[in-house]
Amino acid sequence: MNLIGLLSPELILLATGLLVLILDMAFHGKEGRREWLPFVAIAGLIVFLIAASFLWGTHTSLLSDMMAVDSFALFFKVVAGLSTLLVILASWDYFQGKTPYEGEFYGLLVLAALAITLAAASTDLIMVYLSMEFLSIGSYILVGYLREDPKSNEGAIKYFLYGAVASGIMLYGMSLVYGVTGTTNLAQIAQVFAAGKLTGDMLWLMLPALIMLLAGFGFKIALVPFHQWSPDAYEGAPTPVTAFLSVGPKAAGFAILMRVFLAAFPAFQLDWAAVLAAISMITMTLGNVVALKQTNIKRMLAYSSIAHAGYILIGFASVALDSPSLFNGVNGVLLYLLGYLFSNVGVFVAVIAFENATGSNQIPDYAGLIKRSPWLAGTLFVLLLSLTGIPATAGFLGKFFVFAAAINVQFYVLALVGIVNAAIAAFYYLNVARYMFFVPSQEESHVAIAPALAVALGIATFATLLIGLYPQPFIEFANQSVRLLGVF
Amino acid sequence: MDFPILTLITFVPLLGSLIVLCMPKEKERLIKQFSIAVSFIPLILSILLWVNLEKGGGIQFEELVAWIPAIRVNYHVGADGLSVPLIFLTALLTTLSLFYSSFTIKNRVKEFFFLFLLLEMGMFGVFVSLDFVLFYVFWEIGLVPMYFLIGVWGGPRREYAAIKFFIYTLVGSVAMLLAIIGIYLNTGTFDIIQAAAMRPFVENFTLGALAFWAIFLAFAIKVPMFPFHTWLPDAHVEAPTAGSVILAGILLKLGCYGFFRVLLPMFPEQFHRFAPIIAVLAVISIVYGAMVSMAQWDLKKLIAYSSVSHMGYVMLGLAAAAFAIGSKDMLTSQAIAMNGAVFQMFNHGIITGALFFLVGVIYERAHTRDLKAFGGLASKVPYYYGIMLVAGLASLGLPGLAGFWGEFFVFRGTFAIAPVYAAVGVIGIVFTAAYILWKVIQHVFLGPFNEKWANLTDMETYEKITLWPLVIFMVLFGLYPPLIVDTINAAMTRLLSGL
Repeated sequence: MNLIGLLSPELILLATGLLVLILDMAFHGKEGRREWLPFVAIAGLIVFLIAASFLWGTHTSLLSDMMAVDSFALFFKVVAGLSTLLVILASWDYFQGKTPYEGEFYGLLVLAALAITLAAASTDLIMVYLSMEFLSIGSYILVGYLREDPKSNEGAIKYFLYGAVASGIMLYGMSLVYGVTGTTNLAQIAQVFAAGKLTGDMLWLMLPALIMLLAGFGFKIALVPFHQWSPDAYEGAPTPVTAFLSVGPKAAGFAILMRVFLAAFPAFQLDWAAVLAAISMITMTLGNVVALKQTNIKRMLAYSSIAHAGYILIGFASVALDSPSLFNGVNGVLLYLLGYLFSNVGVFVAVIAFENATGSNQIPDYAGLIKRSPWLAGTLFVLLLSLTGIPATAGFLGKFFVFAAAINVQFYVLALVGIVNAAIAAFYYLNVARYMFFVPSQEESHVAIAPALAVALGIATFATLLIGLYPQPFIEFANQSVRLLGVF
Repeated sequence: MDFPILTLITFVPLLGSLIVLCMPKEKERLIKQFSIAVSFIPLILSILLWVNLEKGGGIQFEELVAWIPAIRVNYHVGADGLSVPLIFLTALLTTLSLFYSSFTIKNRVKEFFFLFLLLEMGMFGVFVSLDFVLFYVFWEIGLVPMYFLIGVWGGPRREYAAIKFFIYTLVGSVAMLLAIIGIYLNTGTFDIIQAAAMRPFVENFTLGALAFWAIFLAFAIKVPMFPFHTWLPDAHVEAPTAGSVILAGILLKLGCYGFFRVLLPMFPEQFHRFAPIIAVLAVISIVYGAMVSMAQWDLKKLIAYSSVSHMGYVMLGLAAAAFAIGSKDMLTSQAIAMNGAVFQMFNHGIITGALFFLVGVIYERAHTRDLKAFGGLASKVPYYYGIMLVAGLASLGLPGLAGFWGEFFVFRGTFAIAPVYAAVGVIGIVFTAAYILWKVIQHVFLGPFNEKWANLTDMETYEKITLWPLVIFMVLFGLYPPLIVDTINAAMTRLLSGL
């Protein structure tokens, strides 16, 4: 395939994003036509996913080894495409009356999806940095999208300030790596270490360099202690953006983390695996414990998504690509992300539907939801069960794989902390269920769900159950996607 | 038999529940009748299952289909003399519970029957699964409907009781999940039978012990054994009548069943080594449970704690059998103890099921369960008195009723193997007689009549219909135990010969 063919998914996203922005300007004052903009974005995303599927099995590098076309990158293209699709469906009715600039939103969202696909494909530190900045800037704007809302502004500012510092530190770490190895290409960095030509007085720089890189990646994933921005940004951002932030950038962060560490620093696996295991334990414990006390559902989900990042990290901390076992860690991360995508975005869709109808994000206001909308309460419950990790849902499959990876490499303590956390998390997810089903409501009015939201909720719930009940194709997909260019 | 009888038993309730979900919620009568009708299908199939069971034939009615080939997980179901009586018990108690509830459940009817059928599927699933992942899936799925049954239709502290029940069981099951993964990584299979044959962690006792205790925790919480029993009084007391019946009748058996099906065959060495600990816990459960029972003034709480005591007998029989692993001359006593344990599981299901129904009967009328508030009801409600007397005497182990044989076998087996434990455990029987006769019979039915209950009515027809089948089984298995013991004995002998 030629360059255009190999880059076609990215080009399609770029074209779609720009087209939506241009059409938004062209339709200025013609509100009737502007309603078509989300359809344009959705059509573009579907074409993108189809184009990406043609790259299945292709493994090559592009643009002087700046980017990889491999199964791993393809997996994250799918994640980016699906999560953006669901978020667009979820934001259909959301912005009406909140901001006049609805059209740009879809354009920015598609461009953020492009940033995720680029990040997952980067095989050079320069490219890693550029794609992460691209994603960050898009995210800052999206968080602050409601200009009139002070909370939205506060979230965006915090996100921006933390982000600026984090990316500065990351860049410094990259410069240290360059200083030690003389190259920014991931594969060449690995070769330098593999050859063992480095003298000791330079090698010690690698530990601070890795930790600095981790600060940048951890910021995107919202790992403790780089997470402080996320509760405020999640709560303040327009809820569809929160849904996107909890999945898209997190997935991108994991993609970069895995590719950089596996492709460039396999020589230091003992060091970074130990650091990541420790971070994983702190992250899930802090996320879950703080989530217990939240009364705002968006804030609760913010902390819960920090906790989920911790679980996902179990998989990567336990990575063992050469292990004969089926649980090599990376496939666990991918499966977890896939299930988490549907379940978490699904939960947010339900939250948006409730917010649209009642204007509230307070958990006690969910009281009696089973009477007001059995469908919303039922699907939200299934999705919460998935986040809890109850079998027959996608969430269980992900947990199963990451815990299995930890046991596979004999990280028993890590697995133990993981399951203790899974039990803690049940408290706050079931607390929402308690309000929905057990507590009678003051309000009796029906909670109406807009068609687009109903479709998104239906897709998310269906996919959550499908992955849980018939996981075979998804496991195969994840197993294939472990194939990183130049690593495996 | 060639047709997939176990699959049908398991999934007919699921199908039924999905149909209930699609029914309009105003048609309460139709929903009730339909649900009861659906529950008859597994009941009839489970009788067929028992009739067609070849005694001592090991695992039968097997079905094996690849489910998740990528990690070698199969849909593998089968049944033997251990699980068939429990499957029958599940079907029987579910049908009776649904029938009883169709008269007593007034609000959110559709949800109740939907959840109850879903719960039935989960329980069957655990009893038929021979694949660890499948087992785990059903094990956890059953949690969700029970959580709702307690939380929505329960008593005043239902929310607390529901979450406590859920979290306790979840903690145990996630620990088991780690052990399941460990066993898989060690043996390369999720198949319970195959893994047991390969003896996981046979080369590493410490890791084996870790896995053993992880699984032990999951089952012991469910049984529940002292000191993991604290969820039980809350859940039982707050649950609606049918929920308590199923909790005591079936859900506790899931834990016991796990010990027989999974833990003993898979870790006989560890079980043997740790048998003293388990026996001590069992004896504490028996005596402590009975003593706490005797201290209760709430009838439902009394019955709830009696479950802790009665499940202690099951665990004592099992621990005794584990004591004697390796000593060939003890085989008969081992088999007797294990037979007693399984028989006790079944008996406890019908007896405590009946007792909880009877608590429901009086509570519906009196709206109190305070034992001090009653008195002299024998002449006022003679029919109720009669049934309660039979169930109560069966519970305390009167010879001639089913309850006797389970306890007798357990102690007969245990005395031969570990006499000290048996001797201490027997104290529990004395306390049991005391709380049944003194607390329940005397305080409620005998003594001076409390005029407050002048308008109390005796049992309705639907209540009699609910209770008669249980009474019949108490008498039938009490007078002629071979009906069930032959089935159990064949399975237990086979199990012991494989250790």
